Amino acid sequence: MKDKKDIYGLMAEFDNPQAIVDATRATYKAGYRKVDAYSPFPIEELSEALEFHPKVQYIVLCGGIIGGLLGYGLQYWTSAVDYAINIGGRPLNSWVSFIPITFELTVLIGAFSGAIGMLILNGLPQPYHPVFNVPRFSTASSDRFFLCIEAIDPKFDRRATAEFLKSLGALEVTEVEP
Amino acid sequence: MEANSATAHQHQEPVLKDVIPVVNPGHNFETVSDKISSIVLRERTPITLIMALGIAFLVMNLLMAALTKLLYQGVGVWGLNTPVGWGLDITTFVWWIGIGHAGTLISAILLLMGQKWRTSINRFAEAMTLFAVACAAIFPLFHTGRPWFAAYWLLPIPNTMALWPQFRSPLMWDVFAISTYGSVSLLFWYVGLIPDLGTMRDRAKNQIVKMIYGMLSMGWRGEARHWARYETIYNLLAGLATPLVVSVHTIVSFDFAVSVIPGWHTTIFPPYFVAGAIFSGFAMVLTLLLPARYLFNLHDFVTMRHIENMAKVMLVTGLMVFYGYNMEAFFGWYCGNEYEFYMIYNRMTGPYWWVYWLLIFCNGVAPQVLWIKKVRQNVYILWGITIIVNIGMWFERFIIVVTSLHRDFMPSVWGMYAPTIWEWMLYAGTIGMFIFLMILFVRALPMIPMFEIKTLLPQSKVRHKE
Repeated sequence: MKDKKDIYGLMAEFDNPQAIVDATRATYKAGYRKVDAYSPFPIEELSEALEFHPKVQYIVLCGGIIGGLLGYGLQYWTSAVDYAINIGGRPLNSWVSFIPITFELTVLIGAFSGAIGMLILNGLPQPYHPVFNVPRFSTASSDRFFLCIEAIDPKFDRRATAEFLKSLGALEVTEVEP
Repeated sequence: MEANSATAHQHQEPVLKDVIPVVNPGHNFETVSDKISSIVLRERTPITLIMALGIAFLVMNLLMAALTKLLYQGVGVWGLNTPVGWGLDITTFVWWIGIGHAGTLISAILLLMGQKWRTSINRFAEAMTLFAVACAAIFPLFHTGRPWFAAYWLLPIPNTMALWPQFRSPLMWDVFAISTYGSVSLLFWYVGLIPDLGTMRDRAKNQIVKMIYGMLSMGWRGEARHWARYETIYNLLAGLATPLVVSVHTIVSFDFAVSVIPGWHTTIFPPYFVAGAIFSGFAMVLTLLLPARYLFNLHDFVTMRHIENMAKVMLVTGLMVFYGYNMEAFFGWYCGNEYEFYMIYNRMTGPYWWVYWLLIFCNGVAPQVLWIKKVRQNVYILWGITIIVNIGMWFERFIIVVTSLHRDFMPSVWGMYAPTIWEWMLYAGTIGMFIFLMILFVRALPMIPMFEIKTLLPQSKVRHKE
């Protein structure tokens, strides 16, 4: 028998979305907090069961505001400050004609900061992760659902947690090599 | 499993009996992954596809030849001269950009409107968008004649006299619009691919293939919190792409509308360009999707429902475009301006009259058969219509660009324009490049989003917390 620290956690396999959502709710209710649930497609109820609410949208907001300011700033500074030329008597800060580029840069920087922010918060790209040591985990991207309780959870106990996962109706419970 | 599917059925949304499903019945999570990933990972490439790739490659070489000649000798090899300074290059640029609109429209606008049928076709259409934008970008870049200097004209970089590009010019807006559109479309497409690349990684048998998909998927593992952030960002990207897609063709139309040329200087251009872009984009999606559906036997995921819906979008946007043509003619008569009147009179009866009437036939008359349900459901006739529309939309841009320029204010500067062989080769070459890239795409990446199709299956529904 290995020590608690020798494994990453315990992984339980389920074969339908309802089972994993029920199991995740039960696990969270039982007091486990270092819990990860894996599914082949997004299930809204699953992240709700983990009481997780994404905040990544604020990154898009900030990115968009920065993009807009940059876009307008670029045009204002180049046309009215750095090299001001009078063209047909138009005002140097002719804001109406600066709108399209301001808008485009708002979208550009908002979109990229959001996507990159999402990847960073998700810890991706990640070349190695212990869950891939479970041979069955390759089905997690096709049709199987997995619930993993990590060994660092204070409530984690190799035997008791395994029993607990089995009692939730898991098809199989495996130890995850670190 | 039995008990589960029974409970899942209770949560299904009410379905009308005669509505064709978005995914044919009899599929589960595994068969969806299997069917879509096998096209890339297991099945042999159909021989017709290999032949098509070969032909597309040969045609693409016309592009190389045309560009080499152009750079070696200069823009004089094109038929452009005063008064027609924009010819086949800008015509084709606008045509390609228009085609590129369907992808983001299908993925973003239809997503926000909760149109579930978009799921099967969005990635295909997005790939089409990317390649169409790539083809489009070639034209204005080489239109400058010396593209190696173009960075100083197009990007916000001061030239040797510290002078910046003119940001009040629609041409600068265009540079930003097209490059933002290309970048955000690529991002949207890639973000949409990440989970499916994970599936491809897990299903690949060859170690090298596994590694390539693994790197591209960035180690995606489908954790619930990751999905939650992913879905938030995906929807936000759709929200950002929606005004973007409308802005792009609006700004392209500003290239014309902000000028003073009769036939260009008109307020209906932005909406009429956007409708035309969607019209031609959907036509091109159908042109490519119908053969792909047949070739890869995708009838379960691309059902008659998709095809009919796309035909209906074509019909509606076609009517908008036709309304635009009629309004142009009406404005020409009603405005009382002799130049405007002559512009429309010249389009209808001048030297390019046959292009104008072909345009009216292709975009105004021919799509009217889509009112008939039997036609919308006949893939052969529908495919023919999409080809007619593609040609018609090219004529539309030719009419706008060339007939407006060749006879403007002063009869002493009137002239004619005929494209040279090098311009035709350039145009043909981009079509070859487009098809070449599309074929590589369907062979290398899952052309239908697997994880999104799974969310459409009744088995994926979960009860809310009691």
